[in-house]
Amino acid sequence: MTIRDFLMLDLPPLLAALMAGATCGLLGSFLVLRRESLVGDALSHAVLPGIVLGFAITGARSGLPMLAGAMVAGLLAVVLISVVQRAARLDPGAAIGAIFTTFFAVGLVLMETTGARSVDLDLDCVLFGQLETLVWAQAEGLHSLVDPAALEGLPRQLGLLAGVGIVVAVVVAVLWRPLKLICFDPGYAAALGMPSRALEFGLALLVAAAAVAAFESVGSILVVAMLVCPAAALRLMTDRYGAQVLGGAALGAALGGVGYALAGPVPAALGLELSLNAAGVIGTLGGLMVAAAALVRAGVTRGRQGRAAVA
Amino acid sequence: MSVAPPLSVRHLTVAYGERPAVWDVTWDAPTGLTAIVGPNGAGKSTLLKATLGLVPALSGEVRFFGRPLEEVRDRVGYLPQRASVDWDFPATALDVVCMARYPRMRWWGPVPKRHREAARAALAQVGMEGFAERQIGKLSGGQQQRVFLARALAQDADLVLMDEPFAAVDAATEQAIVTVLRDLVAKGRHVVAVHHDLGTVPDYFSNVLLINARVFAAGKVAEAFTPATIGATYGARLALLDQANVRAAEARAL
Repeated sequence: MTIRDFLMLDLPPLLAALMAGATCGLLGSFLVLRRESLVGDALSHAVLPGIVLGFAITGARSGLPMLAGAMVAGLLAVVLISVVQRAARLDPGAAIGAIFTTFFAVGLVLMETTGARSVDLDLDCVLFGQLETLVWAQAEGLHSLVDPAALEGLPRQLGLLAGVGIVVAVVVAVLWRPLKLICFDPGYAAALGMPSRALEFGLALLVAAAAVAAFESVGSILVVAMLVCPAAALRLMTDRYGAQVLGGAALGAALGGVGYALAGPVPAALGLELSLNAAGVIGTLGGLMVAAAALVRAGVTRGRQGRAAVA
Repeated sequence: MSVAPPLSVRHLTVAYGERPAVWDVTWDAPTGLTAIVGPNGAGKSTLLKATLGLVPALSGEVRFFGRPLEEVRDRVGYLPQRASVDWDFPATALDVVCMARYPRMRWWGPVPKRHREAARAALAQVGMEGFAERQIGKLSGGQQQRVFLARALAQDADLVLMDEPFAAVDAATEQAIVTVLRDLVAKGRHVVAVHHDLGTVPDYFSNVLLINARVFAAGKVAEAFTPATIGATYGARLALLDQANVRAAEARAL
C-alpha cells in the first residue's frame, strides 16, 4: 500500500472514526453516570426523521441542515419522553422505548416518501454507517496534507465531525462543574439555583449532535456502542471523575481508530483477503472492551480479597 | 416591625397525579431547630422540596427571610436524602463537599483554594477530616450522611433544610449530627429537618410541625407535640410500628 493509497482511502475514514469515537466517548460518561445510557440509544435513533427532513429539504447529504434537523428531532424526542412519562405515568424505559422506535420508524417512512433514499441517503448507510465511502480523491502524497486546494477535497463529513467535536469539547470544558453536579445530584444543583433543566436539555442536544456526527461512521444502530462502551469500561476502571470523563474521549477515539484499522487496513496489510464492516468491528470491540474491564476488575477484587484472607 | 421568619409558607398545595401530597399548608418556621414530623407518605419531604422549587406546587407562596427564594438563595442550605444519589459516583468526599461552593466559583478549572479550605473545615466539623480523599462509595452509610451534612454546612447558609438527616445512621453519626445542629443554632442559624423518629423529637428539637398532607399542629415541642396532636396526625393510618413509636413519644411527653 502506498502513502497515496493510505491518504486517499484510509485517512478520511480513520479520521472520521477517531473523531466520532472521541466525541461520543466524551459525552458517554455523562449518560452512564446519570444512569441514562439508553437515552443515548434512544437519541441516536430518534434523530433519524430530522436527518431525513434536513436532507430532503436541502438535497445535500452533509452539513448543517441535517444537523439542525437532527437536533430538533432529538430535542422533541426528549421532551416527548418526559411528557409521556408524566402524563401516562409510564416507567422511563417504556416511555423511551415507545418514543424512540416511533421516531425511528417515522424516519424510515420519510426516507421512502421524500425520495431521500433513492438519491444518496440509503438505508445501509443509516443503519450501519459507511466509513468506507469516505475518500480523498485529491490526495497525491504527503505534500497534499499542506496543500489547501487538495485539502478542500476532503469529505465534507469530516468538517461536520470536527465542528461537532470541537463544540462538544468546549461546552464540556466550560460547563465542567454544572455537568458534574447534574450527574451526581440534580436536585441539589437545582437547590443551588443552577439551571438543571436547561443543562439536561443541553446535554441531550449535544448527544443528538454527536449521534448525527457518528452515524456516518458507525450507523445509528451502533452509535450507542461508541457512546456507552468506553464510558462503561472506565466506570469499572477509575474512581476519579476527571479520568472518567476525559478517559472516555481517549478510549472512544481508540475504539474508533482500532476498530476501523482491524476492519480493513490491518487485514489488507497482512495480505488477507478479508474486509469487514467497520461498524460491526467497532461495536464488537466495544463489547470486548467492557468485558475486559469487568474481568480485570473482578481479578483485582479477588486478589485483594485473597490478600485480605491471608492477612 | 417584626423580623421575617426564616421560612414562611402560605396555602401551599402539591399533588402527584391526582393525590394531594401537601394540602393547603400555611406555616411560619420559627427560629432555631424545627422538626417536620408525620407518618410515611405524609408529604414531609415533598413540603421541603416544594419550598425549594424542586417539585412544582399547584398553588401557594413561599418566602425565605421575607423574600422570594431567588433573592436569598445563598442564605438557604439543603441536605437531600442520602438515598437520592448514587454513591458509586466517581468523586471523593472533598469533591462532594466542594459542590456547596459551586455557585461562588467559575464553572471550570480547579476549585479555588479558599473554597477547598472551607470544604475541609466543614468535613472537620462533622469529624470526617481524615476521609477527604476517600471515594464516597467506600464510606459507610453514616459517613456518607456526614459528608452530606458537611456539604450543607459548607454552603454557610442562615437556614438549612434537611431531609431525614438521621435516617439509617449509626449512633456515633447521630451524636455528631446533633452536635452540629446545636452549634448551628448557637451561631444564630436555623434548621428545619424532616424527622422520622418521634422518640427523639423532644431531645433534639425545640419546635415541631406535625403534618399529614395538611398541618395538624405547629409550635414549641412542649406545647404542640402532645399525645393528642400526635394521635390526630397519625390518625387512621396508624400502623403497628408507628403505634409503638407514638407510645414511646407519649411516654416521654408525659
